[in-house]
Amino acid sequence: MPDLSFLLIQCLSGLTYAMFLFLIASGLSLIFGILRVLNFAHGSLYMLGAYLSYFFASQFVNVPGQFWWAALFAPISVAIIGGFIEKLFLSRLYVREELNQLLFTYALVFIISDLAKIIWGTGQLSVSRPAILKGAIPVLGQYFPEYNIFVIFLGLGIAILFWLVLTLTRWGRIIRAAALDREMLGSLGINVNWLFTIVFVIGSWLAGLGGTLVAPIAVIVPGMDVEIIISAFIVVVVGGLGSFWGTLLGAIILGQVTSFGILVLPRLSMVFIYILMTVVLILRPWGLLGKPLRR
Amino acid sequence: MTKQNLALLILIFLLALLPLTESRFYIFLGTDILIMGLFAVSLNLLLGYTGLVSFGQAAFFGIGAYTCALLMKKASVAFPFAFIAAGISGALGALIIGFFCIRLTKIYFSMLTLAFSQIVWAIVFKWNSLTGGDTGLIGINFPQFLDSSTRFYYFTLGIVVVSLFLTRKVVDSPFGRILTTIRENPERTEFIGINVKLFQLIAFMISGAFAAISGALFGIFNHSLFPDLLYWPQSAEVLIMCLLGGMYSFFGPLVGAGIILYLRMFVTSYTQYWPLIMGTILALLLFFFPGGVVGFLKTRRIFSRGAR
Repeated sequence: MPDLSFLLIQCLSGLTYAMFLFLIASGLSLIFGILRVLNFAHGSLYMLGAYLSYFFASQFVNVPGQFWWAALFAPISVAIIGGFIEKLFLSRLYVREELNQLLFTYALVFIISDLAKIIWGTGQLSVSRPAILKGAIPVLGQYFPEYNIFVIFLGLGIAILFWLVLTLTRWGRIIRAAALDREMLGSLGINVNWLFTIVFVIGSWLAGLGGTLVAPIAVIVPGMDVEIIISAFIVVVVGGLGSFWGTLLGAIILGQVTSFGILVLPRLSMVFIYILMTVVLILRPWGLLGKPLRR
Repeated sequence: MTKQNLALLILIFLLALLPLTESRFYIFLGTDILIMGLFAVSLNLLLGYTGLVSFGQAAFFGIGAYTCALLMKKASVAFPFAFIAAGISGALGALIIGFFCIRLTKIYFSMLTLAFSQIVWAIVFKWNSLTGGDTGLIGINFPQFLDSSTRFYYFTLGIVVVSLFLTRKVVDSPFGRILTTIRENPERTEFIGINVKLFQLIAFMISGAFAAISGALFGIFNHSLFPDLLYWPQSAEVLIMCLLGGMYSFFGPLVGAGIILYLRMFVTSYTQYWPLIMGTILALLLFFFPGGVVGFLKTRRIFSRGAR
């Protein structure tokens, strides 16, 4: 039986992973909730965030706060790219069947992954941790990296911030209204086309931020896009499509299952995740905290 | 005999002449296209005819491939029996997985088929003692009566023609018409007293059986099997074949398989960036030819009759 401190460390690393999943899955869920598009390319935007943070970090090599500049610019660049994708291409496909939009985002996965290979090569890249978060703090006699603690708090902070924006502000109300009835919102004088672009931009920014934050603790390699996207889908489906807290809950569950699954059955850790999703879909197809879809 | 049947007979005749070119390259490519074409048509039975977007078709392809290969290699079962068993295993696998999946609709159905196929993939990947896991199952030999690529090509051609003939019979039957009705409007189909879920489940099983048959052919054709065959990008690729060719026509998926495999063979000999090119083709297609290649030709009245 492993001791308590070990379990706590395992739990904390699961929580760190959960925060990355949350950042990506919340953007995915937001875009699905408002635009009704299941964005397969969301993992690619996350990967772009990681590569761009490497790019910006290498531009600010001798500048103090190197990482923070990258953390500022990379997600914004991803958000701009996302805006162009939505405005130039995706918006023309809304009149078609849902499958067309899904396939377009799937085509983007191929295109972005190869473009990243052409620009940055196929090798492993890395970004160093910010100087003030290089240490580790003691947790019941073991050590846990400060940076991971920072990611956990930042993730929770963004979750609370987004929830406040969604519930308290005018923009939040408009976004929630768009999820319910976009035609009605349009006839009330809201420019729904621009709203869709803005939502896609916000979702892209979240994915880019996830990629930027993961860059210092994971290697940046081709393939990280498809690796995360399936996990993010599972988070959204388990938590409930379009449910904000459901996404956070799904991310935390998936993070813990991944973290502890490896301990229980090392050879079959990933199977737990698929089994979890299967059970949830069979018992509650609309997810743990989601609402059943009206026809 | 209708014009179209005549055209098909001529096409089959031409395909039968392909080995006369004595080009190993074309025999290889032809076999590959026939196998993947059958796989794509099996998916299209769900996608184009029943309106079920399955995202886990690779599971049945893999089940068929592994069943046939394992029975031959580990249990020394004769090829014809192993081959038939593969088809049955695909139908049974589809019965179990479909039983749960057809309860859901739309995106939830797609996600559940994805989840199940990933579970099947994980089992194949992790069950080292049986499937060889990551190192794969190698040294699957052609059965004795098919021990040349030309003979195997003819065998594949025969199986694919028979399978497509049967599938065509299915979609043209009253049963197939009900599937199309379900695609157009499941609620109204329910109202006229049809058990929608049962029909969907049977369609899922037929589709699984043909996917498994194409998988069994694939395993022998390649002499080896790897768990990647069941991984989700394989399901996505076959979905793209259907859409590229045109999911509202019977032979569309076959055309899509032909185009993708030929292009891949061609493009990968010039550049390693095949995914970039495929992604671009797919995107262009979505914007300019939403009905797929065959759909496009049909609207130009080049073909007069089709599934719709």
